[in-house]
Order: sequence, then C-alpha cells, then structure tokens
Amino acid sequence: MGYHLNFNLIWRHFDKLWQGLVLSLELAVVSILIGAAIGLLLAVWYVSAGKVVRAAISAYVEFIRNVPLILLVYIVFYGIPTVVDFAYSPTASFIGTLSLYSGAYLVEVFRSGLEAVPRGQLDAGKAIGLTPWQRLLYVRLPTMTRITLPALSNTFISLFKDTSVASVIAVPELTYGAQWINFNTFRIVEVYIVTTIMYLVTGYGILFGLRQVERRFKVER
Amino acid sequence: MNANQQPLLKIDDLRKSFGQANILKGIDMAVNKGEAVAIIGPSGSGKTTLLRCVNFLETYEEGSIRIDGQEVGYRDGGNRQRRGETDLARMRAETGMVFQSFNLFPHLTAAENVMLGLTKVRRKPKQEAREIAEHWLKRVGLDHRIDNLPSELSGGQQQRVGIARAVAMEPKILLLDEITSALDPELVNEVLDVVRQLAEEGMTMLMVTHEIAFARDASHRIVFMDDGKVAAEGPPKELMAQAGSNQRLDAFLSRFRTSHLH
Ligand SMILES: Nc1ncnc2c1ncn2[C@@H]1O[C@H](COP(=O)(O)OP(=O)(O)O)[C@@H](O)[C@H]1O
Ligand SMILES: [Mg+2]
Repeated sequence: MGYHLNFNLIWRHFDKLWQGLVLSLELAVVSILIGAAIGLLLAVWYVSAGKVVRAAISAYVEFIRNVPLILLVYIVFYGIPTVVDFAYSPTASFIGTLSLYSGAYLVEVFRSGLEAVPRGQLDAGKAIGLTPWQRLLYVRLPTMTRITLPALSNTFISLFKDTSVASVIAVPELTYGAQWINFNTFRIVEVYIVTTIMYLVTGYGILFGLRQVERRFKVER
Repeated sequence: MNANQQPLLKIDDLRKSFGQANILKGIDMAVNKGEAVAIIGPSGSGKTTLLRCVNFLETYEEGSIRIDGQEVGYRDGGNRQRRGETDLARMRAETGMVFQSFNLFPHLTAAENVMLGLTKVRRKPKQEAREIAEHWLKRVGLDHRIDNLPSELSGGQQQRVGIARAVAMEPKILLLDEITSALDPELVNEVLDVVRQLAEEGMTMLMVTHEIAFARDASHRIVFMDDGKVAAEGPPKELMAQAGSNQRLDAFLSRFRTSHLH
C-alpha cells in the first residue's frame, strides 16, 4: 500500500467542513421546528377528527414513511417546480422536504403521546370545568411532552444525519463540503475520516444535551 | 333540610346503558342543600356510573338530572340537545369530583393542582388563587406539602390534594367515588376525617363508599344501590333496620358486620 495519510489539504479547506456542519445543524433545527408544528397540529387534529381526516393524515404519514428521503428531495426540488411554475433555492426546498418528512414521523410520536395521557387526568380536567382547549393545553400537552421527549430527541438526531441527503441538490452542508474537498484534493480517505468524526462528535453532543433536558423534565416536573 | 325547598340535585328515572348492557335502570334520587348522602352497594351495581352521569362525564339516554333546576348535559327544554362544550364546562365547574384513583395532574405541584381551575375556570388572579390553594391545602392538613409534586406524596396525601382541588372551586355539590378504596388501611382515616368535617360544615355531598361505618356516622342518608336501581334508602339507622326485610341489603351488609362494624 503506497497510500500515506496526509491531512494538510483537509485543514487548509476545513472552513468548508465547518460551515457545512453549521448549515447541517441549522437545517436540522429549522426542519424539526417546522416538522414538530406540522406533527403536533395533525396529531391533535387526528385524535379529535372523524374518519375522513384520519384517513387523509394516515395517507400522508404512510406516503412519507415509505418513500426514500432522497426521492422526496428530488420530487420537491425538481418535480414540483417543473409541474407548477415555481422556483426556490436548494436550501429552502430541502428545508421544506425535511420538515414534511419529520412532520410525518412526529405525527405518530405525538399521536401516541396524546393517547397515552391517562383518561383519569382528562376526567379530572373536565370535572374542574376546563374547556376542551384548556384540557389540551394544560393537561394533555404537558403530559404528552414528557412522554414524547425521548422520541423527539431520537428524531432530531436522525434528522441531523439525514441532512447529508441535501448534498444531492448542492446544498453546501457538511457532506457536500466533504465532497467538494474530495473533488478538489483527492484526499478521499482523510476527508471522510474527518467528516465522520464531525458527525459522530456532534451527534453525541446533541444526544448528551437532550438527555440532560429529558432528565430535568422527568425529575422536576 | 327544609321540606318545601327544592332539592339541589334531583334525578328522575335515570337510565344508562353501555351498548347492550343496561347499567342504570331507572334511578330516582334527591339531595338537598347541605345534605350528605352516601351510596353503598355491591360492586358493579352502577354507583360510579351514576356519579359520572351527574358530572356528565358519561352521557345518559333517558331520564333527567337536574342541579339547581338546570338539566345536566342537555339543553333545558327536554329535546335532548347536548349543551355546547363551554356550557358543559361551566356546569361541570359547579360540581366537584374526587376520584378513586386521585387523578392529580402529575406535572403540577399540590398548589398548582388546586390553582388550575381557579385561574383558568374561575379566572382568579394568580396571587388570589395561590392564597385559596394554600388555605385549602392547610385545611386538609398539607401545610408542609404545598409545593410538592404528586409523585412526592403518599396516597392519602394525594387524595387530600384531590379533595382540596375539588372544594376550592366552591362547587354546589361534591361527588366522591370510593375515595379511600385505593389507599392503604392506615391512610384511610386521614382522608375520611377531612370528608367528615366538610359534611359537618354543610357541604352538599353525594359519596359512594364501601366504608359502611363511615357512611353510618357521617351521612344524613344512605342509598343502597343494587343492579342499577335504588333498592333501599333512608337515614342510617332506618336503613340498617330495613336489612331484616330486604334480603339483598341484608346480604350486602352482612359482609361488613363481621369485618368492619364493631
Ligand atoms: N365505559 C364503560 N363501558 C362499558 N361498560 C361499563 C363502562 N363503565 C362501566 N361499565 C359497566 O357498568 C357496570 C357498572 O359499573 P360501575 O358503575 O363502575 O359500578 P360500581 O361503581 O357500582 O362498581 C359494570 O358492569 C361495568 O362493567
Ligand atoms: Mg365504582
């Protein structure tokens, strides 16, 4: 083997990776916020709605869960602008896709969380005269949040990794930065070693932080 | 208990079924203001269902339940139109309920459990709600547990928070559903003492209980339910005396004579 590891070129272009990492995190954060809004809205709608709405929400969830993310990214970025005359940046398009994607997963998370709130608590809320909205806000959602926090954390970690798919439409996130360095320096091994470590360290950092948050919620209130 | 005053709670020919199963088969009952009425009866006779109907936690198909002359759950006028949610909430706030399984809000402290209804339903300012909550928590002997979460309280303490949460709303009537049956025996009395005191102070109460001695001592009247019907009723002494002529009542009471009654 005549291959000698040489990281010098990687360090010279490290800002590409660093900026990529920052963008990856931003994509994940924005997408999970929008996705959580979509998920929560649909979950609340689902548990209180009739058959038709439930079927429609289930169809959305099933569609997203059974189509590979990369295909969704292509559909949203190339497909939609072709059919309807409309254009958006790769980044905006990807955020839209990842939001819809995480939204579908979070509908399920929130729905089961809402249904896991014990009936007795809802009865108690009714008995003191809370209206349905107040019961949702002050009884169901707080308990649901505690129940779903671990699943939310896991979803966020997955989403962070999934941001790498954005490289296929040239969004300059971490994986795209790695590819760029690879094409320009041919240090394929070194760049992917560094990139992998960056994903790992960041992923574990997020996990650690979120577990602290979960613990605080569990014990204190 | 003025004879010509209209009862606070009036139930007429109440019927309720779950699917095919008829659970309540024509209940008539009246509770006057300031009266404490105990409901006893074998398990499965429909006691819980009856209380839940009074608070409209369960719908009912036939008959009527009136509190202060207002039909529970359905619009006045007899055409079985369900009240709107806001209207239902408003009416439910007039009836307090204490549950067998406590049903405290686990994410809120004792004080916050009591305050929720005061701030969100009664629209009291936080400060005032807090004072009311402290007042009632002290009344039930929880001075030192005001800012604890339910998970940090014993069953007896949790149930006393449950009582404080209900009475702080100043309901017209308090419904209690076997509130000591989930408690360890040594914690039962601390809860019953609170209820006994409320009864003495004139709180109108309808309480399902399996503590026969307590029903006898703390209530003005006992109703014996059997198989979805009122099978006997009367002041404690009279009811106990009916056991001789009422076989079902006699069978029910005999279970307690050996164990609970001294
Ligand atoms: N939500 C429900 N659905 C179907 N059956 C029910 C429901 N709630 C109560 N029942 C039935 O109604 C009967 C009376 O129950 P309940 O009112 O709890 O009796 P009690 O409180 O006197 O023990 C029981 O046979 C019970 O199985
Ligand atoms: Mg019962």
